[in-house]
Amino acid sequence: MSDHDHDHDDDHDHSHDGPAQRNALRVEALETLLTDKGLVDSAAIDAIIRLYEQDIGPMNGARVVARAWSDPAYKQRLLENATAAVAEFGFGGPQGERLVAVENGPRVHNVIVCTLCSCYPWPVLGLPPSWYKSPAYRSRVVREPRAVLREMGLALPDSVEIRVWDSSAEVRYLVLPERPAEAAALDEAALAGWVTRDAMIGVGQPRAPHPRGSEGR
Amino acid sequence: MNGIHDLGGMHGFGPVVVEPNEPVFHGAWEGRVLALVSLALARRIANVDAFRHAIERLEPVEYLSAGYYGRWLGALELIVHEWRGRGETLDAGGPGTLRMVTETARFAPGEAVRTRNLQPTGHTRLPGYARGKRGTIARVHAGFVFPDTNAAGRGERPQWVYAVRFDATELFGTGAEPNACVHVDLFESYLEPEPGDV
Repeated sequence: MSDHDHDHDDDHDHSHDGPAQRNALRVEALETLLTDKGLVDSAAIDAIIRLYEQDIGPMNGARVVARAWSDPAYKQRLLENATAAVAEFGFGGPQGERLVAVENGPRVHNVIVCTLCSCYPWPVLGLPPSWYKSPAYRSRVVREPRAVLREMGLALPDSVEIRVWDSSAEVRYLVLPERPAEAAALDEAALAGWVTRDAMIGVGQPRAPHPRGSEGR
Repeated sequence: MNGIHDLGGMHGFGPVVVEPNEPVFHGAWEGRVLALVSLALARRIANVDAFRHAIERLEPVEYLSAGYYGRWLGALELIVHEWRGRGETLDAGGPGTLRMVTETARFAPGEAVRTRNLQPTGHTRLPGYARGKRGTIARVHAGFVFPDTNAAGRGERPQWVYAVRFDATELFGTGAEPNACVHVDLFESYLEPEPGDV
């Protein structure tokens, strides 16, 4: 039922009439039509795919957060006008017309969702993971954020206020997590390694970089 | 529309399943759908609100079973079909969605508001769980194209957008979790003043 289950069709369904194969044929038909109409071309398509596979992802947001942790003036600019502050790195574009950074603290924890579709701050986090787009996350995190966060490995005491942000218009949100005390001595470049995608959505906390395989979350 | 897409607060979808080391795309077709939609909207076959509404108009069972890019694919087929039906006329709107609104914002931070109990059959960005609820203006964002009219080709009619803060108990009753709130970004015409304190 979820996006997650369906996505596995690509891995496991190698028959010629599986959903992934049918979808590939439908995409091909659309691409042919729109190419014939002069609206798309394969170079433009490939460039967009490359952009989101290689250049735009949570590593962008991690640099923003690391600078905010290192430079109080930058942090202030980020909290006052995140669109302009991330543009200092050259980050912007689709789904980043108006960005807002929300700051976590000892008594406040922010978490981001889009219940109506799956809006997400592409310029700083890339494309959303499957769980963010799943009916389970979208339905539950507004109603029972503590339970969802606990399931995802983040147990917060009742003394911490949870602020859920449902990005139901064109504003896109980025969570500014608390700088971990253990990372106090690190410089900006090293700090970026601590900033996980999940911490910038608000379903995780920053953590020491793994030697490998830490990229995903 | 009161469609399956309006998921906030629904029960029964089970745990949030996280896929470890998830790739950006699970098959080449997903990336191509993303790119085709991006280009089709940039070339103004439809505006972003019409595209979102096309996703909402998918059959509910398809909506839930197709996955994210499957929904994009179904919606792209729909807007391409409708574009051809219109004689391939393009959407006339401007770039992006931020717009100057000449009227001053009706509400200020801290002000108590109540969402209207609107039940439109077309596109709207007022989630079902936040209708008829008391909240407080947390932020005055900016002027934006109004999706409800723009999706239907009835013009951009820009309005102020606010982040409205709702206590969890206002939205979800006495069973709501403690010390929690939900901020929802709402267009001015979704809101009316609420007399008295929240």
